[in-house]
Amino acid sequence: MITLSDYLVVSAILFCLSLAGIFLNRKNVIILLMSIELMLLSVNINFVAFSAFMQDIAGQVFVFFILTVAAAEAAIGLAILVVLYRSKQSINVDDMDSMKG
Amino acid sequence: MTDSMQNIYLMIPLAPLLGAIVAGLFGWKIGRTASHVAAIAGVAIAFVLSLIVFNHIVINEAPAYNGTVYTWMVSGGINFEVGFLIDKLTAMMLIVVTFVSLMVHIYTIGYMHDDPGYQRFFSYIALFTFSMLMLVMSNNFLQLFFGWEAVGLVSYLLIGFWYTRPTAIYANLKAFLVNRVGDFGFLLGIAAVLMYSGSLDYAEVFKQAPAMSGQTIELFAGHEWSVMTVTCILLFIGAMGKSAQVPLHVWLPDSMEGPTPISALIHAATMVTAGIYMVARMSPLFELSETALTFVLVIGATTALFMGFLGLIQNDIKRVVAYSTLSQLGYMTVALGVSAYATGVFHLMTHAFFKALLFLGAGSVIIAMHHEQDMRKMGGLRKYMPITWITSLIGSLALIGTPGFAGFYSKDAIISAVRDSSIAGSGYAYFAVLTGVFITALYSFRMYFLVFHGKERMDDHTRDHLHECSRVVTWPLIALAIPSVVIGAVYVDQMAFGGFFGSAIYVADVHKVSADVAHHFSSWWGLILHSFSDFPVYLAAAGVGTAWFLYMKRPDLPAKIQQKFSFIYKVLDNKYFADRFNEIVFAGGSRFIGNLFWRVGDEKLIDGLVINGSAKSIGWFSGVVRHIQTGYLYHYAFAMIVGLLLLMTWVVFR
Repeated sequence: MITLSDYLVVSAILFCLSLAGIFLNRKNVIILLMSIELMLLSVNINFVAFSAFMQDIAGQVFVFFILTVAAAEAAIGLAILVVLYRSKQSINVDDMDSMKG
Repeated sequence: MTDSMQNIYLMIPLAPLLGAIVAGLFGWKIGRTASHVAAIAGVAIAFVLSLIVFNHIVINEAPAYNGTVYTWMVSGGINFEVGFLIDKLTAMMLIVVTFVSLMVHIYTIGYMHDDPGYQRFFSYIALFTFSMLMLVMSNNFLQLFFGWEAVGLVSYLLIGFWYTRPTAIYANLKAFLVNRVGDFGFLLGIAAVLMYSGSLDYAEVFKQAPAMSGQTIELFAGHEWSVMTVTCILLFIGAMGKSAQVPLHVWLPDSMEGPTPISALIHAATMVTAGIYMVARMSPLFELSETALTFVLVIGATTALFMGFLGLIQNDIKRVVAYSTLSQLGYMTVALGVSAYATGVFHLMTHAFFKALLFLGAGSVIIAMHHEQDMRKMGGLRKYMPITWITSLIGSLALIGTPGFAGFYSKDAIISAVRDSSIAGSGYAYFAVLTGVFITALYSFRMYFLVFHGKERMDDHTRDHLHECSRVVTWPLIALAIPSVVIGAVYVDQMAFGGFFGSAIYVADVHKVSADVAHHFSSWWGLILHSFSDFPVYLAAAGVGTAWFLYMKRPDLPAKIQQKFSFIYKVLDNKYFADRFNEIVFAGGSRFIGNLFWRVGDEKLIDGLVINGSAKSIGWFSGVVRHIQTGYLYHYAFAMIVGLLLLMTWVVFR
């Protein structure tokens, strides 16, 4: 029997992985975008798990919204990435420090 | 009757004011003649009305008038009013002020004949007459202070009348600043009066004075002073400024930068006597404080003696007369100090006539000499200017107290009052006034001999043009010479010994010295006869003799004496270093403090520490904080997550 806590643990592991992806990744901006997607997915797992657990369909409706937004965000993120690459000739994260104080 | 008199009282100050306005505001349009006619008419009306008042109050013995004309404002239960107190003291002052003023107005037509500021000058002196009348007619401290400041203002304007001369501007600024010191004391004195009596009205204050005298005030912790002493000394500091007593005397000699008619009217006859008048008016207060009277006495005696010395070495004809004015003001102050207020005011009156005469005589000489004021370039003017000569001689004789002349009665009365007084300091004062008699005679006749007798030391061009001045100049001289001779004899019994001023002047029984003198007195000629058995008259004669010997018989001697006593000469020539002292200590001191506040207080503390300092510290702090902004996305994300974790920890475990 798979309990609610199992879902939550999986979700938390995914979240932490994506977090580590954001911190530890020093090279590629695309990996950053992927980590953010993964983070959203881990949240989606939480939503679905709680929706089933609480017999409430609203959680699953939210998941669809999140998926839509994530798709749009990925599209915009990749578009920005293309523009960024054109201006900087690089997608290396370490090169993107123009907001340094 | 009262109504018509009230209108007259109102007209007396307003007529000169009207003249001043017409000459001042419309002078450019109506021309020179119309301007001086307007100003003179205003003063002449005031003079005629003053005669009527004198007749009403003094001769017909009408009761004193004390009434409010106009209430300016009421604030916190205190009335600020314009009102008149017309008693015998006021009536006498009215005559003195308006008469001398009228003479000076007429004289000015001749003296300022070629001056481009003719209308302005008439406007100023008429305005001065108005201010002085407001001062003497006042029945409350506020109006007194108004008149006090107004005469100070006009004095400032007139000393700097020739405003293109740097010396005149320096002198008028100096006069203004020194008077400000005195006025500060005066204002504090008025404030003390108001605080302890709750009223500004003379009558009300005098009624409460005995109750005030018992109280004490703590100015510094642990030192209690009598309220009356503090008040009187503060009021007297005002008088010291206006009446040029040591150490606030420094402005008066410099005020001679103004035109001579002004020196006669403002800086000799009327304005500088305002302090004497004020103290006499405040006699019910001063009588209650022995300490204040001693203070007055010592200051007056010092002025009388030491300012006389300075007159000995001056070469500028006007400055000699100026120092003699200082010395005579000292005599008046001495009289106030020994509670002989009536005698002091009597000397004020006689002095006003003969000192105005001397100044106008000096002015007449200056006109004839084409504005040359150095006595070393004069001499032998007697035969060129007979009227000026004879009137100046009368003025000088009156000044030194020759028996029979006006100054004799008043000065002799002061000397005997000082002799009979037992107040602390009267011994010093007696010595000072006696020595002063000799000194006065010496410098007066030094001036007289240098100007009117001896070798003619002017250049040929000036000599060829020497002639007596026009009638507008000589008539006022004659008109002033007459009272300089007779006024003393007419009023000596009433003013110096009798109760001329009635209730206007109050003398406590313990201080009554004039009464002791009075029993010697039989009549004015008796006084003359009596004087020959006393030594002031011989001192004066010795002074004249010394002057004659030094400047007529042996004109080579003064230079030798000057060499021999070069140290004393240097001290006198530098006026006891009073100017130097003021420049270094007060002017230099305030400049030092100003610099201190500017350099340290403003530039270092306010600009440096508060304004630039706060900006700099913020700049430094942000410079430190800036290093946290690395620009790397993962650092920001890390900070976000850590912050989120901390927040959640706090939410969960709080």
